[in-house]
Amino acid sequence: MLGMNKNDTRMLLLVAALTMLAPFILNPFPTDSGLAQFNAGYPDLMQRFVIFGIFAIGFNILFGLTGYLSFGHAAFLGVGSYSAVWMFKLLAMNVIPAILLSVAMAGIFALLIGYVSLRRSGIYFSILTLAFAQMSFNLAYSVLTPITNGETGLQLNLDDPRILGVSQTADGSIPVTNLFGLEMRSTFEMAVGPWAFQFNAGYYLCALILLAVFYLSIRIFRSPFGLMLKAVKSNQQRMNYTGLNTRPYTLAAFVISGMYAGLAGGLLASMDPLAGAERMQWTASGEVVLMTILGGAGTLIGPVLGAGFIKYFENIFSKINESVLHSWFSILPDGLEDLLVTLVYPFVGKGWHMTLGILFVLVVVFLPGGLVEGGQRIVSWLRSKKSDDKAANGKTEPAE
Amino acid sequence: MGILEVKGVNKRFGGLQALGDVNLSVKENSVHAIIGPNGAGKSTLLNCLVGKLIPDTGSVMFDGQSVLGRAPYEINQMGISRVFQTPEIFGELSVMENMMIPCFAKRDGAFEMNAIGSVLSQKDIIEKAEAMLKDMNMADKRHMNAASLSRGDKRRLEIGMCLSQEPRLLLLDEPTAGMARADTNNTIDLLKQISDERDITIAIIEHDMHVVFSLADRITVLAQGTPLVEDEPQNIRGNPKVREAYLGESG
Repeated sequence: MLGMNKNDTRMLLLVAALTMLAPFILNPFPTDSGLAQFNAGYPDLMQRFVIFGIFAIGFNILFGLTGYLSFGHAAFLGVGSYSAVWMFKLLAMNVIPAILLSVAMAGIFALLIGYVSLRRSGIYFSILTLAFAQMSFNLAYSVLTPITNGETGLQLNLDDPRILGVSQTADGSIPVTNLFGLEMRSTFEMAVGPWAFQFNAGYYLCALILLAVFYLSIRIFRSPFGLMLKAVKSNQQRMNYTGLNTRPYTLAAFVISGMYAGLAGGLLASMDPLAGAERMQWTASGEVVLMTILGGAGTLIGPVLGAGFIKYFENIFSKINESVLHSWFSILPDGLEDLLVTLVYPFVGKGWHMTLGILFVLVVVFLPGGLVEGGQRIVSWLRSKKSDDKAANGKTEPAE
Repeated sequence: MGILEVKGVNKRFGGLQALGDVNLSVKENSVHAIIGPNGAGKSTLLNCLVGKLIPDTGSVMFDGQSVLGRAPYEINQMGISRVFQTPEIFGELSVMENMMIPCFAKRDGAFEMNAIGSVLSQKDIIEKAEAMLKDMNMADKRHMNAASLSRGDKRRLEIGMCLSQEPRLLLLDEPTAGMARADTNNTIDLLKQISDERDITIAIIEHDMHVVFSLADRITVLAQGTPLVEDEPQNIRGNPKVREAYLGESG
């Protein structure tokens, strides 16, 4: 289908089902049950899942295929966000021009930064991208205050021109982002018994874009261009002595992944029209590296899984505080309750990074291929178990 | 005029004169061997031919065009393919993919942005790669990971990859180094077959005299960065100068 083989089609359909049904899948617990805090099916978080999924898919085109590890991709995310907010300030509140500008601006930045950084490979490349990203962060934070509004961050104002829209609505407030009139924040709530499911326009826009760019990344992975990128990762020396110029290949991959990051930044601003310099900081660049490696670098679906995993932890585990823990362990005797709370507390709430760090170490050590490899191992284990059962069920077949 | 003309090439690394006034002419469709003791400058000379090093002085002309100052990929696109001492292949990719990449390089040049079409829809590339795998007796290994091939198979694959670019000059850097006798003989047979069947010039750097004397039409002996003699194999064997410099005085 659509020029893809069976497996890729199945994977695209799987991602489509997951994203379209996310409001159900992420809200498995009734609203007033004790487990409701593990529900992740609210618009804000679901948007983050898919937006950072897009970011990681793009990062994986560079890192997964060519092996060039960029530590500065958050710069393109930030550029995308600022561009989108400026579009909302100057042109209109429609998200389409904002997203287009953020992709284009990120592409231009990626071309400039990539052109210089790709003159080196390995750790030197990583350091160059990190340096450029920190430079962008500092510019945004202080020097370029007229454009970025410094540490306050760029926001919409009542006196913005918005030449194709209105500066303020009839009741004197700032207009909201929309897609040809469909407000991004509009949410339809559906109550089924004790469950409540939320369907948000902004989320579905992001999800559809994720599907489109995921499809594009499948095509890139399977194309001659993708094959060349894998060859760059495998052996640059052989590439050079096979008449292939590696530089334009890596630069193209860098620009494409920068545009993905810009798209993610533009979508972040489209969902919530503000942009701050912290989006460009090195921790944000590091986060996408973690997502990609955790999910499985070089695999198609890995980055999406990794992004979902980390964002879930960040938003759900960080909310578990001491009183929540006490309520969980309240049936236990007092001394034991306090002990358990003391033991568990460092790993949740503000300590969620610790849990994430431990998980990351475990994955890298035991599953170098990330969550995808974990999934593959489970599937092959189930298969071998199945065939064992068959063998045990009577007819013994000669061993091969 | 040979297809490859090296004239007055000098290369100095600090205080070491690696190549001193090297002249070399490789005739079209011949097999030309360059031999010499360790440190004679064989590899330096080869690196000057493929653009990895730039000589301090002198000229290197391939088919009437200078190769100096060009990047390795440009020199390759002119028609010079290189086989490395340790096989340089794409270890993480399948044997078939390894063979397809040079076919793409031949058809599309140094860079081509085809990011949407599937590799599997490139019928001409697949056909060509499959034919070459067959020629190399590797058709049954097409789905294997290239890194898991045996040393001899890696060498065959690398030679096949170079050939699928239809080069006019094939440079081999000690192609049988570290190989078992059987693999060495297979490689000799393969190279003989290539030189007989194809319209190709082969220049080979080799340590193993057995390989050199079974293959070469012409031999250049390098010693201390300078060509000592250039002659046909039977004359090289008996040449006292060569014995002294290379085979050992008593040899």
